[in-house]
Amino acid sequence: MSTLLEVTDLHVEFRTRDGIAKAVDGVSYAVQAGQTLAVLGESGSGKSVTAQAVMGILDSPPGRITAGRIAFHGQDLLTMPERERRAVRGARMAMIFQDALSALNPVLSVGHQLAEMFTTHRGTSRKDARAKAVELMDRVRIPAARQRAGDFPHQFSGGMRQRVMIAMAIALEPELVIADEPTTALDVTVQAQVMDLLAELQREMDMGLILITHDLGVVADVADHIAVMYAGRIVETAPVHRIYAAPAHPYTKGLLESIPRLDRKGRELYAIKGLPPSPHHVPPGCAFNPRCPLARDRCRTEQPPLYEVAAGRTSACHYWHECLHGTRDSGTPEGAGR
Amino acid sequence: MGRYVIRRLLQMIPVFIGSTFLIFVMVYALGDPVAALFGDRAPDPATAAQIRRDLYLDHPLWQQYLHYMGQIFQGNFGTAFDGESVLSLMAGAWPLTLRLTIVAIVVEAVVGVVLGLLSGLRRGRTVDSGVLVLTLIVVSVPTFVSGYVLQYLFGVRWNVVPPSVSPGAPLNQLILPGIVLALVSLAYVTRLTRTSVAENHRADYVRTATAKGLPRHTVVVRHLLRNSLIPVVTFIGTDIGALMGGAIVTERIFNIHGVGYQLYQGIVRQNSPTVVGFVTVLVIVFLLANLLVDLLYAVLDPRIRYA
Repeated sequence: MSTLLEVTDLHVEFRTRDGIAKAVDGVSYAVQAGQTLAVLGESGSGKSVTAQAVMGILDSPPGRITAGRIAFHGQDLLTMPERERRAVRGARMAMIFQDALSALNPVLSVGHQLAEMFTTHRGTSRKDARAKAVELMDRVRIPAARQRAGDFPHQFSGGMRQRVMIAMAIALEPELVIADEPTTALDVTVQAQVMDLLAELQREMDMGLILITHDLGVVADVADHIAVMYAGRIVETAPVHRIYAAPAHPYTKGLLESIPRLDRKGRELYAIKGLPPSPHHVPPGCAFNPRCPLARDRCRTEQPPLYEVAAGRTSACHYWHECLHGTRDSGTPEGAGR
Repeated sequence: MGRYVIRRLLQMIPVFIGSTFLIFVMVYALGDPVAALFGDRAPDPATAAQIRRDLYLDHPLWQQYLHYMGQIFQGNFGTAFDGESVLSLMAGAWPLTLRLTIVAIVVEAVVGVVLGLLSGLRRGRTVDSGVLVLTLIVVSVPTFVSGYVLQYLFGVRWNVVPPSVSPGAPLNQLILPGIVLALVSLAYVTRLTRTSVAENHRADYVRTATAKGLPRHTVVVRHLLRNSLIPVVTFIGTDIGALMGGAIVTERIFNIHGVGYQLYQGIVRQNSPTVVGFVTVLVIVFLLANLLVDLLYAVLDPRIRYA
């Protein structure tokens, strides 16, 4: 298993009228070939901005990458000339956007938009590209693909539109697909179909997948690893089955407890108190401290590093031990938590 | 689509009748054309009555209108008081104006869209502010000022083009008048394109196009500009009619004997058949231009479908 993508200490700033907002503040994560990394977090946690930085489609200005490294197969994308970068974009890594209705061009037929992938990257003739577009639509199981290739995005249902979006992303069999909340804009019943399709295609093509979501329910079935983000930083990383059993960060724990569960029927649903901080005014120390049930003086002054709590598990909480085991033991992090 | 076109064509009939009747009333209400024909001298009553009979002027206005319309559809636009048939005036004037309009439209569309695109892509930068100031100046200066100034500079001072257009009005001589005619609309096209491009620049589908790895020019032209031009095309389309009828000042400055010139002459000399005839054709041009815009709209934006 080789490392497909490695993001190291990425910093992204947005210069706005209210000052500089640190949207991404030292994020590191890695995706292995053929594996799925779920990036979890609330709106504004920096999960989408990180993905845009990886794709190289950050709105700049105002956005700016101030530090960090994004290595794709060991090669740093940030120092790569734009020409080479463009050859990677779309062909070797692709992105699926949240709202297919606005993400697809309203005045071009979906067949044209799909064919564009082949004509641009492969130099395919228009006619052959069109045939391949129809094949793709078949592959994502859009009924009557041949007839529908000439249709425009607004003529498709939400689920079918998202399938077009997926078809566009997998067109050139990329090694990495970034799906930015791919099911958020869809009906619940359609969500499952789209997720299943995505998982199936991933298996078939052995793609690495970064699944950006705020929906813990979606994550459980498809992800291998999870990275939880809060206020521009990663607060916890873990293999997916471990995090559900025993979260090592109070924020993750709060998220898990706020999912409605059948065995807690009738009881009041837990909610994390307070609101996420504005990126202009991130509190000192641990950014989560004003909302954290475990917060102490140390949390308000000292920013926690990512402690290694187990093999392949990290947590950015001074008191991760307490969170993981439910004790007030603030013992040394090394070697614990197994 | 076919049914839509037919419906639109049928809708044009009442508009056509209404507007031509209004013009007819206004022109004939202005004064006594027979008196105008005689100038300062008082006409001999018997001769005047004879002329009135010959010109159908002794009938009530609505009968005159019906008679006039009937004649028009037989291809007879009447005779100007100086004896020349209006149709032959038109045959001389329309081709000139049409050519002038085409030059103006091309200038307006090409320069306006390019300037608008540049400033829209570089919002808030020097290019954008420069274009903004430029368009404001152009909009504020009336055509008779910009026309005479450019005519003096290019035609007299630097001698680049002849200061007035020769009777045949070859295309190369129409470039300067075309620019003058286009100037104000050009500024509007620029502003409209700029706003539209700036608005769509951050659109999700533009980001998608970039994420697909398309080269920058493809993203800008095929995805961004294509969407941004929809309102611009509407404006340019409706402007066709305005440019044709509104060339009076430009045609006078550059001595082009087109529609504007003939209309002006017709009004000054109270030559009613000329005025009504030319305006009637202008009304038709306006109506057809609007229909064209509506149809073009559906081609450019597939979200609009006509039932």
